[in-house]
Amino acid sequence: MRLTCTVNGTEQQVDDVWEGESLLYVLRERMGLPGSKNACEQGECGSCTVYLDGLPVCACLVAAGQAEGRAIGTVEGLTDGDTGQLHPVQQAFLDAGAVQCGFCTPGLLVATDDLVGRSLAEGRKPADAEIREALAGNLCRCTGYEKILDAVRLAADRMSEAGR
Amino acid sequence: MSAPTRTPSGAPAHLTGAGGGRVGDDAQRPDGVLKVRGEFAYGSDLWMEDMLWGVTLRSPHPYARIRSVDLGAALAVPGVHAVLTSDDVPGEKVYGLELADQPVLAVDVVRYQGEPVALVAADHPETARLAASRIQVDYEVWEPVTDARVALGHPTPDRPDTSPPRDQVHDAPAEVTELSRESAHLHPQGNLVRHLKVRKGDPEPAADVVVVGEYEVGMQDQAFLGPESGLAVPAEDGGVELYVATQWLHVDQRQICSALGLPPERVRLTLAGVGGAFGGREDLSMHVHACLLALHTGRPVKMSYNREESFFGHVHRHPATMRYEHGATRDGDLVYVRAAIYFDGGAYASSTPAVVGNGGTMGVGPYVVPNVHVDCYGAYTNNPPCGAMRGFGSVQTAFAYESQMDALAAELGMDPVELRCRNAMEEGSPTPTGQVIDSPAPVAELLRRLQAMPLPPEAATGDDVDLRDMPGGVSNTTHGEGVRRGVGYAVAYKNVAFSEGYDDHSTARVRLEVVGGEAVATVHTAAAEVGQGLVTVEQQIARTELGVEQVTVHPKDTSVGSAGSTSASRQTYVTGGAVKAACEAVRARVLERARTVVGRPVADLRLDGGEVVSDAEGIAVPLADVLGDEAVEETLEWRHRPTEAVDPETGQGFAHVQYAFSAHRAVVDVDTELGLVKVVEMACTQDVGKAINPQAVVGQIQGGTAQGLGLAVMEEILIRDGRVQNPSFTDYLIPTVLDMPPMRIEVLECADPHAPYGLRGVGEAPNISSGPAVLAAIRAATGLPLTRVPVRPEHLTGT
Ligand code: FES
Ligand code: FES
Repeated sequence: MRLTCTVNGTEQQVDDVWEGESLLYVLRERMGLPGSKNACEQGECGSCTVYLDGLPVCACLVAAGQAEGRAIGTVEGLTDGDTGQLHPVQQAFLDAGAVQCGFCTPGLLVATDDLVGRSLAEGRKPADAEIREALAGNLCRCTGYEKILDAVRLAADRMSEAGR
Repeated sequence: MSAPTRTPSGAPAHLTGAGGGRVGDDAQRPDGVLKVRGEFAYGSDLWMEDMLWGVTLRSPHPYARIRSVDLGAALAVPGVHAVLTSDDVPGEKVYGLELADQPVLAVDVVRYQGEPVALVAADHPETARLAASRIQVDYEVWEPVTDARVALGHPTPDRPDTSPPRDQVHDAPAEVTELSRESAHLHPQGNLVRHLKVRKGDPEPAADVVVVGEYEVGMQDQAFLGPESGLAVPAEDGGVELYVATQWLHVDQRQICSALGLPPERVRLTLAGVGGAFGGREDLSMHVHACLLALHTGRPVKMSYNREESFFGHVHRHPATMRYEHGATRDGDLVYVRAAIYFDGGAYASSTPAVVGNGGTMGVGPYVVPNVHVDCYGAYTNNPPCGAMRGFGSVQTAFAYESQMDALAAELGMDPVELRCRNAMEEGSPTPTGQVIDSPAPVAELLRRLQAMPLPPEAATGDDVDLRDMPGGVSNTTHGEGVRRGVGYAVAYKNVAFSEGYDDHSTARVRLEVVGGEAVATVHTAAAEVGQGLVTVEQQIARTELGVEQVTVHPKDTSVGSAGSTSASRQTYVTGGAVKAACEAVRARVLERARTVVGRPVADLRLDGGEVVSDAEGIAVPLADVLGDEAVEETLEWRHRPTEAVDPETGQGFAHVQYAFSAHRAVVDVDTELGLVKVVEMACTQDVGKAINPQAVVGQIQGGTAQGLGLAVMEEILIRDGRVQNPSFTDYLIPTVLDMPPMRIEVLECADPHAPYGLRGVGEAPNISSGPAVLAAIRAATGLPLTRVPVRPEHLTGT
């Protein structure tokens, strides 16, 4: 089948997609966007988290056909396309030391961007318990999560500072 | 042959940047920006225009004879390019880390569920999987041997009869010895992989107080997130280039060469991005398979396991059964420890001999014990093969010896921390293997500092209860009724680097040159970066020793000598030592050259800020003026001081080069009615000798703590009759951010005079002490003996 959708603001069209392929497979293997990761392909780890029409989803659980005509955002779209400047969430993960092997990182960045964006839109920063709840679907085997929590707090601080 | 490329990820890149930082600074990782941009190329991201996908057909049975294999239907699937079996392995058909006993593809017999039987390459992964499912294998299914003690003919509680199980593979009986009466040998040499004996002091010691306990540790999985993966590319010289996520390129290369029947110069490996390892990538997985398919088809072949296959595709942590007897004086001085430790090695040896070495030599913990009698066994069974995992042989015994210390303290009416401090090892103490600890061993101090840390606030009650802080969380299982709090302590130690006389070395190539007016150092080693941050440490050391800001880390590959394994907490020590030594050699040559330019003796010169500096003269000459356009390069092999094999009858000897020490305090809330555990806080103290990168050190402690906690309360590969019951993240649970509590961490830096910069390996120790502390805390909360981990709700409710 042919699949047409928007990825990180750019229209994409791919041919010969099998019915059984997931959005994750199409992104990684057919569109050359391997940033979204494939740690379980069962919806259990969050490493494949992408935006689908603005909502975070596990790309491994989305059938390719379901993405037809929709807008997808991946980790590759977080960096400013013109300046190459890192998104504050990306920078915060680096500064907090929240990246070890980094396999969980792309999914966590999308989930964090979503959480912080939603909270700041409501005019507040996410509380710790909220952060934990929001990231409960993103497994990390390396860090024990402490520095990921630091990174989310740091990103929220910096983004609310910048938005002021 | 071109390197694998795709847009936007490239082949493993030279890493430069990021923000500078010398030894002791919180330096940022040079691969960090790539990782947060989603551009870091992991093994599973590699891609070439004309590549094929390889998949593995695995045995559904733990133990069976293969009567026949029919490939016809698989070969007939359109899009299939090759279907291979052991007949297609051109070189040695078996391989292994320490003993070559594991078939590349099954030969006549399968010894565990998931053993690779055949391979398929096709133009789409689904096509390859479909074809694999059409391979017809006719199995004669046998009854598996699933208990290490049974495999050795030793009695078990349910099976006092020691007659060995039926022999199904080998016609000739195995050698029956006094120590191993095995004869249902899964392998020609019998079912005993290794028996390590430690005998010290009085064989019949008498003590005032004796406690006995039997303990069991379940099978833990490394559960790294990045799947086993890589890309093999056939080369024009008839060899192969393999890009692979692994832990030790050169030991892979040796085994691949042997299986392919090719010399090392024709099997070239490059490290692909590694998504965590924790020991699970020390053995081969898809390495030889992808190479076979690539050489057979003449096309690049990518293999990448899915999560289920990953559970079958790597070794696990050895489950253990342990019996301990501790004797002490009334005052609480340890008199003796007797222990029998059984490690289930599964179907193939992997690193079982070394795991037995660690379990046996360090099995009584970081305590001074005058009389020791330990028997530590590793056995073959038909369970999944077990090998390296973080903490390697020490994680299991720590659960037992720390439980014993708590039981002894209770028996003596002593405070458990007091008892531990009273018997703690210190510098100058003898170990059970007769080694004298010749560097700081702050065991008591680690415990005292933990004890001095404030405890978290009491649990809220009544209307103040936030469900999210309760065991069971928002499932709303309790508002605090039936919830009890417990606090537990544990301390542990672990050998750093390879032991028992192993020639443990690393190789580093360092180049210093001036590029575009700026001094640049390049560090080239084969040491695997698996996420821990070794690439950062390599840069920090080069910046420190050569006084330059720009340090490039060359891709890790086999064009430089072996760096040894990324395991045993050894790379910062051993490869760090090699990089330091190579930098010193480069520096010596540069300063020798500078002597004539600057006109000062070498002793007066140092490198800093890209210049040769003479403090005495107050002058600085840019490196460009000294080097011109010439590069100074040195390659050298570096070794830590030698260790020695232990005596086979007594286990005595200088077995270990260095020890790492850590201690944990766990605070838990337990819902005693439902058996749910909420870990409220973890505190950790660890001596790291010297924190080369403090931020990364803390990251290792946090990550290690999480894995230890996981084993204590949730992580276990459940095996029934040799079959894995839960090969998915749905059923094999690892800690989420909701399971991990806040942590307090104090890092001590008591320099080890024998080690580079005084550092100690960091990664494993915190993974060893955290689980036993959680177990102790649950025990304190419930009053239950709890002798098995992971602790499950039914252990707590008695249902
Ligand atoms: S890969 Fe999609 S949730 Fe794990
Ligand atoms: S950093 Fe490795 S899984 Fe999170």
